[in-house]
Amino acid sequence: MSDYILEMKGIVKEFPGVKALNNVNFKVKRGEIHCLVGENGAGKSTLMKVLSGVYPHGTYSGDIVYNGEVQNFKKISDSEEKGIVIIYQELALIPELSLYENIYFGHEILKGKSIDWNETIVQATKMLKKVGLKADPSMKVKELGVGNQQLVEIAKALSKNVKLLILDEPTASLNEDDSQNLLELIRELKSQGVTCIMISHKLREITAIADTITVLRDGATICSLDANERQIEEAEIIKHMVGREIDNIYPKREKKEFGEKALELKDWTVFDPAKNREILHKVNINVRKGEIVGLQGLMGAGRTELALSVFGNPTGYKITSGKLLMNGKEVHFKHPKEAIKEGLAYVTEDRKGNGLILMQDIRYNTTIANLEALVNGLAINENEEIKVANRYKESINIKAPSIEQKVGNLSGGNQQKVQIAKWMFTEPNVLILDEPTRGIDVGAKYEIYSLMNKLVDQGMSIIMISSELPEVLGMSDRLYVMSEGTITGELSIEEATEEKVMAMAIKS
Amino acid sequence: MSENKQKIGLFQEVSSLMKNNIRDYMMYIALIFIMAFFAIQTNGGFLQARNISNLINQAGYVAVMAIGMTVILIIVHIDLSVGYVAGFSGAVAAILMTKYNVNEWVAILIVLVMGLLIGLYQGLLVTKVGVPAFVTTLAGMFIFRGLLNLSLQETGTIIIPNEGFNALSNGFIPDITEGAGFHVITMIIGVVIIAAVIYSEIKNRKNKQKYNFEVPSSTVFIVKLIALSVVIMVIIWTLASYQGIPWTAVIVGAVLLIYNYMLNKTKLGRAIYGIGGNSQAAELSGINVKKVTLFAFCSVSLMAALGGILYASRLQSATPTAGLGFEMDAIASSYIGGVAVSGGVGRVTNTIIGALVIMSLTNGMNLMGIDISYQYIVKGLIFVIAVAFDVRTRKK
Repeated sequence: MSDYILEMKGIVKEFPGVKALNNVNFKVKRGEIHCLVGENGAGKSTLMKVLSGVYPHGTYSGDIVYNGEVQNFKKISDSEEKGIVIIYQELALIPELSLYENIYFGHEILKGKSIDWNETIVQATKMLKKVGLKADPSMKVKELGVGNQQLVEIAKALSKNVKLLILDEPTASLNEDDSQNLLELIRELKSQGVTCIMISHKLREITAIADTITVLRDGATICSLDANERQIEEAEIIKHMVGREIDNIYPKREKKEFGEKALELKDWTVFDPAKNREILHKVNINVRKGEIVGLQGLMGAGRTELALSVFGNPTGYKITSGKLLMNGKEVHFKHPKEAIKEGLAYVTEDRKGNGLILMQDIRYNTTIANLEALVNGLAINENEEIKVANRYKESINIKAPSIEQKVGNLSGGNQQKVQIAKWMFTEPNVLILDEPTRGIDVGAKYEIYSLMNKLVDQGMSIIMISSELPEVLGMSDRLYVMSEGTITGELSIEEATEEKVMAMAIKS
Repeated sequence: MSENKQKIGLFQEVSSLMKNNIRDYMMYIALIFIMAFFAIQTNGGFLQARNISNLINQAGYVAVMAIGMTVILIIVHIDLSVGYVAGFSGAVAAILMTKYNVNEWVAILIVLVMGLLIGLYQGLLVTKVGVPAFVTTLAGMFIFRGLLNLSLQETGTIIIPNEGFNALSNGFIPDITEGAGFHVITMIIGVVIIAAVIYSEIKNRKNKQKYNFEVPSSTVFIVKLIALSVVIMVIIWTLASYQGIPWTAVIVGAVLLIYNYMLNKTKLGRAIYGIGGNSQAAELSGINVKKVTLFAFCSVSLMAALGGILYASRLQSATPTAGLGFEMDAIASSYIGGVAVSGGVGRVTNTIIGALVIMSLTNGMNLMGIDISYQYIVKGLIFVIAVAFDVRTRKK
């Protein structure tokens, strides 16, 4: 088992102004599960793009040795021909096409010049069986959940006769159950001889599944740890990733004093006309001043829908019954604008999709939700605006050359900080954070957690929606668990354990 | 920071400025190139004071419609109906003035209100009913073409006798003295404009320096100010040596100032760019997307009505063919002026340059006596080249 399927030697890849990869050495043993970790911007994705031929031979220096031969991949199909397949975080499936069409998309099974659909269906069914997805191959991809779509991607990889499978944050958008399933499948593939490189931020998964862990930092290999030799602790990986030790992933909060209820939902029932079903049923939750309340649940439990229905309901759900109270007063929001005025703020789950305006700069995004505060007659007071944006940039440490930087060019962590700055500027009483640390590296996560603590210390209330159990348990003062549109449990932080929460999350 | 700047050297600064603003500069270069080409082809006739005045009067209606169109395109909608809305508006104005003897200014007001109502109707279809803008305004194209024909069916082309109305696109601002050899008020206005431009540029620069933002070196800045002043002075002098500033220029200038202020300085402007950039994020930031969209439709139809008035005034008549292809000129002007095809980006000041490009082509080719069929082909090619260039430079 000591021979290497892949050796990347002295890889250097430069972009104008930055050395993204600086002499990276990366070796993968045949038949192992090799996890690649590092903060955002460490060079993981770039390295994989060099490997797969997205950056063609000649645009980087160094050698790729695969199965003992030096490879010069010019395009993705060159590497796929050799059995190297990448599955990206943003899935590349076509929602309107069927599973079998998707699986053989791009390498169709031909009979003469035309596509042999019968054979395609037979083969696709085999592939689906291999990944353990019990679904009709003729159903459309869009009818599947994200977890199962991930399986279809793997089925597609298998149909290409994959030898080396690369997964870029495969579990980032999956819930605990689907994540476990996927990891199980990866182990299963390993036993069938498929080598797997997995990029992930979830250290718990990594320590559970990896044979070898390679850490990248600032475009260079920091170390390769053999997990079969000894148990690798999360703390050790973090230390290598950030180059310093973080004693506690979740910063502790000094004072914990809770005031009156800042927001309360009573029997909140919501109907979605688009799906023609009730998506929330008699939800009762509250959050007090100075409190962080966690809202845990599996994907599709209705957490984001709950946030949207409270935050002015921009998606057009029908609120069939129930009351929303803010500071004890009943309110009805017809538009997010009204919710903002009452002191509610919502940091969305999908910061690129509906959180930020990427083509605009930091200044624009910081002030957009509260321009009223800057308007002088008709015109926006731009001097004041610049001051505000600079103040937030400094106080929450947004790393960018200036506030005139386009938000689309920032890293995930800094984008998230801009989102938070935007809502801090509206001076809310209640802040809803939807998956606040998704796709963000360890260092930035810590900063965001610290910021949350600071805000509640100042008397704000936070509702944190998160799929990551450790995060919810680490940060919340109290937590609710949701399943299928209802609250299935409420736990104080003292009584909450991962097992209890999971049991509630799968209750229906 | 400023010391660093000086070390880089002037040449590098200019070349990096060029690189970063290539999209904007290309537009000016294209305009200069086109004007030079026609000047040579027409033995200088194109650049004569008379023709420049003419060009401005001809470009007026396209310019105001393009400004309205720019806003619609920024929020990633489109309005195909502007041409026939303009044609119909001109016809209504003419009928009001001739058949019903309505005072010309009242007639103009009525037509502008009608434009607003048309925008309201189309905007409500898009925002409340959910019919895509393309379909709504394509239907509008049919409807207003029909209304235009219907309204002129009995009379045919209506000659407009009202002098005040016709002066809008044929007249010039008055002068204080005669016999100075040039238009005195025009020169005074020119000096005031230059002073205002220099003042605002300096103020802007000082402000940027105060916040340590990057500014061009003082050499580049002064060269820019001088160049700008010279260009304005040349245009003003050309106009002053003929009959002065046309009323059309005053109207377009006012519309331009209002829209430029609205887009750059007000909440509404921020909302428009936000919706164009990401309408979901805008909605969740408290922007009422439907309301702003409705505004944009009202504004584009209002501008179409104004364009129709200017066009009818230019021809001193309302004809059943008015409006044909105006939407093409308006859309092309906006895109040539740098509105992003994917939305969220665009400036009305640049749209005016786009309109000048389009109308210079029309005017120049007319002077050369080029057949209208070739004119369409040339305009189409320039349009598609401009957008292709835009898309390529934006990718970098």
